[in-house]
Amino acid sequence: MFEILEKRILAEGICLMRVAAPRVARAALPGQFVIVRADEGGERIPLTIADYDAQEGSVTIVTQTIGVSTQKICSLNVGESLADFAGPLGQPSEFVRMPIDELRRRRYLFVAGGVGTAPVYPQAKWLSEHGVRCDVIIGAKTRDMLIYTDEMRRVADNLYIATDDGSEGFKGMVTALMKELIEVRGEHYDECVAIGPMIMMKFVTLTARSYSLPTTVSLNALMVDGTGMCGACRVSVGGRTLFTCVDGPEFNGYEVDFDEAMRRQSMYRTQEKSALERHKCNCYGK
Amino acid sequence: MANKIARVAVREQDPAARAANFEEVCYGYDRQEALTEASRCLNCKNPRCVAACPVGIAIPDFIAALAGGDEAAAAEIISRDSLLPSICGRVCPQETQCEGSCILGIKSQPVAIGKLERYVGDWKIANAEAPAKRPEWNGRKVAVVGSGPSGLACAGDLAAMGYKVKVFEALHKLGGVLVYGIPEFRLPKHKIVEREIDSLRRLGVEFETDVIIGRTLTVDELLDNEGYDAVFVGSGAGLPRFMGIEGENLNGVFSANEFLTRVNLMGAYDPATSDTPVYVGRRVVVVGGGNVAMDAVRTAKRLGAEAVIVYRRSEAELPARVEEVHHAREEGIEFRMLTNPTRILDDGNGWVKGISCVQMTLGEPDQSGRRSPVVVEGSDFEIDCDVVIMALGTSPNPLIASTTEGLAVNRRGCIEADDSGATSRPGVFAGGDTVTGAATVILAMGAGRRAAKAIDEYIKNL
Repeated sequence: MFEILEKRILAEGICLMRVAAPRVARAALPGQFVIVRADEGGERIPLTIADYDAQEGSVTIVTQTIGVSTQKICSLNVGESLADFAGPLGQPSEFVRMPIDELRRRRYLFVAGGVGTAPVYPQAKWLSEHGVRCDVIIGAKTRDMLIYTDEMRRVADNLYIATDDGSEGFKGMVTALMKELIEVRGEHYDECVAIGPMIMMKFVTLTARSYSLPTTVSLNALMVDGTGMCGACRVSVGGRTLFTCVDGPEFNGYEVDFDEAMRRQSMYRTQEKSALERHKCNCYGK
Repeated sequence: MANKIARVAVREQDPAARAANFEEVCYGYDRQEALTEASRCLNCKNPRCVAACPVGIAIPDFIAALAGGDEAAAAEIISRDSLLPSICGRVCPQETQCEGSCILGIKSQPVAIGKLERYVGDWKIANAEAPAKRPEWNGRKVAVVGSGPSGLACAGDLAAMGYKVKVFEALHKLGGVLVYGIPEFRLPKHKIVEREIDSLRRLGVEFETDVIIGRTLTVDELLDNEGYDAVFVGSGAGLPRFMGIEGENLNGVFSANEFLTRVNLMGAYDPATSDTPVYVGRRVVVVGGGNVAMDAVRTAKRLGAEAVIVYRRSEAELPARVEEVHHAREEGIEFRMLTNPTRILDDGNGWVKGISCVQMTLGEPDQSGRRSPVVVEGSDFEIDCDVVIMALGTSPNPLIASTTEGLAVNRRGCIEADDSGATSRPGVFAGGDTVTGAATVILAMGAGRRAAKAIDEYIKNL
C-alpha cells in the first residue's frame, strides 16, 4: 500500500497527489511513468510522473478524472493509500543521457496542454537544475483550468500562457503562440517537447516541423501491465510498431502516426461510458 | 489383472454449461475414483513414465502409496521432485510426457497420472493447514525475481534450506503466468494458486509486489545495496509476438497476453468486481494452436462470442494439450486448420471487419520435425470476425538483461544459463521461460529447484 502524503485539487477534475513510494522515488527520472491502482478490483492506470523526491521517498502524480478508475484514485484522501504504485516505467527523456556540455548549448521549448502540464514540470526542473535553458508554453481552455503555473515559473526561463478564451495570457491555441514566438519574436529553439492531449501533440508537431524544429512527444496510450507484456500500447513510429510502455513513452513526433494513436485510445470508449454510468448509479444508490 | 480395469473417467462440467462460465472444467477424482485408478498402475520395474517426466517424479511409488490409501505418503513422494503437484497435475502435457509413455497406453488407456497427481496435490492443500515448520535462518539472503512457477519453486527450496528469501513481483498479484495467463476454468486461482503461495509464506518466504526489477530496482542494486547474496531471475517470457501483417494495429486486434491478462489478472469477466474493460465483439478469431490460443478462444467463447481457431498447420501438429483441444471442441469452438492470415480487414472506421487468409498444405518436415506449411496459390479467402487475437508465442522481456552488468543473452534474447541455472554473472542464476523461451510450468519449476541447489552451493563457497 502506498500512502497519500498530500492531496490538492489543481483545477476542476484535476488532482495532485504526493505519494509515499521510496523505491520509485529513488529510481525515477524525467519522462517516466508509473502504474497506479486505487484499490482491489481497480484498473491499472498509467500516469506520467509529475515530480519525485528521493530523499523524502515521495512521487507526485497528477490525475484528471475521466472515468471510473481515475475518479477512484482522486476520491482517496491524505492518510489513505493507493493499492498499487509501480514504476518508474518507460525510458527517461533523451536529454537525461546526453552529454551536459552539448545540452547546455541547446535551448528547449516545452509545449504543455491540460493535465499534460504536470509531466513537463520534472523535465523543465531537471534542465534548470543542470543549467540548460528552456521556455515553457502552457495551454488550457480557460484560466481556471491552468495548472502548475507557479512551479513552472520557477524552473523555466520564460513561461508563456495560452488560453482558448483569452482569460489569461495569449488568446488562442498553443500552436499560434509557438508561431508568434518563433516568427514574430524571433526566438530560436533546438528542440520542442510536447505533452498533452494527442490532438494537441499532433498539431504542435506539425507546427514545429514547419520550422524544422525537432519534436519529442509523450504518448499516453492505453496499457495494462506497463512492462511490455500486453501490447495494448502499440504505436506506429516511423512505420514500425513499437510499445509505448517499454520503447517510449517519448517518441520523435515526426514519426508518430497520431491518427492511429488517437483511434487506438478510443478502443474502450463504449465500455468506459457504461462503467461510468454504473458507477454513478452506485453513488446515488448509497 | 490390474490392467483389466478401464481408465476411470474424470467428471467434468457439462460443456454447454461451462462454455458460459469460468468455473473449473474438470472436477478431478474423488477418493474412490483415485484409488481405483491408482490400482491400474503395473508398477513397472523400469518405469518409462519416470524417464518421461521432466523432473523425474517417482510416479509408480506415489501411485502405489495412493493405491494403498496413504495420501500423505503419496504427497511426500511427489514433493521430493515437484513442489506444485496440484498445478502440474492440471497443466502438464501428460500425453507427451508421463502418460504418453505409460505401458498400458499401448493396448488400452494409460494410467491417468495427471489426474492422480492433481488428486494428491489437492489433498495436500486441503490437509496441510498446520504451519510448515520454519527452518532456522542460516544468515544468508536470496532475492527471487518473478513469482511464476520457477521463482516459487526456487524460493520454496531455498527457504526450506534456511535462507531468507524475498520474491519480487512486477505485477500487483503473485503467481506470474499462473494468474495472468492460465484461465480460472483450467487453474483456479483462489483455491489452488493462492494456497500454494500461502504454503511458501508459512515457510517464511516474503513477497513484494509492484517491484519491476530492471526499473524499480536493478539486479546490481539487489546484490550491492540490498544485501542479497544471490539473485534468481525467473522473469518468464512475457513479450507477445505479432505477425507483422497489414491491419494488425486496427482496433479489435489484441495479443493473447492482453486479452487473457484483462480477463484473468484484472478479472474483466466480472464488471461487478473489476473496473478493467475487455472487448469481445461478436465473432473472435484466435490465431495460433498452442495452449495460450486454446485459453484465449475458450475465454472469448465464455464471454459470449462465437470463437474460431485459425492455425496454419493441421490438427496433428497443434502444440496445445490434447485435453484442451478436446474441451475446446466440446465447447463449440470452430477449428480452421491449414489456414494462415495474410491481412486484417478494416471496416472503414479503423475497426476489424474480417481477416484475409490463405489455405496451406503440409510440405517437408522443418527443424522442429513438424511438416512445414506451404501456401496453396490462389487460395485467398476471408473469415468474418470483429476481433482478432494473436497467440503466436512470447519472448523474454529484455528489461533485466539490459540493466544487469555482464549478464549474457543468446540470439533470441533469452538469458544464458547452464543446467544448474548459473549465468555469466557470478551470483546471478536464472531459470524458466526467461532462459528457455516459452515452455511449460513443470520445466520452469524444475529449473527453479535446480537453481536453488546451485545457489546453495554457490553461497556456501562464498
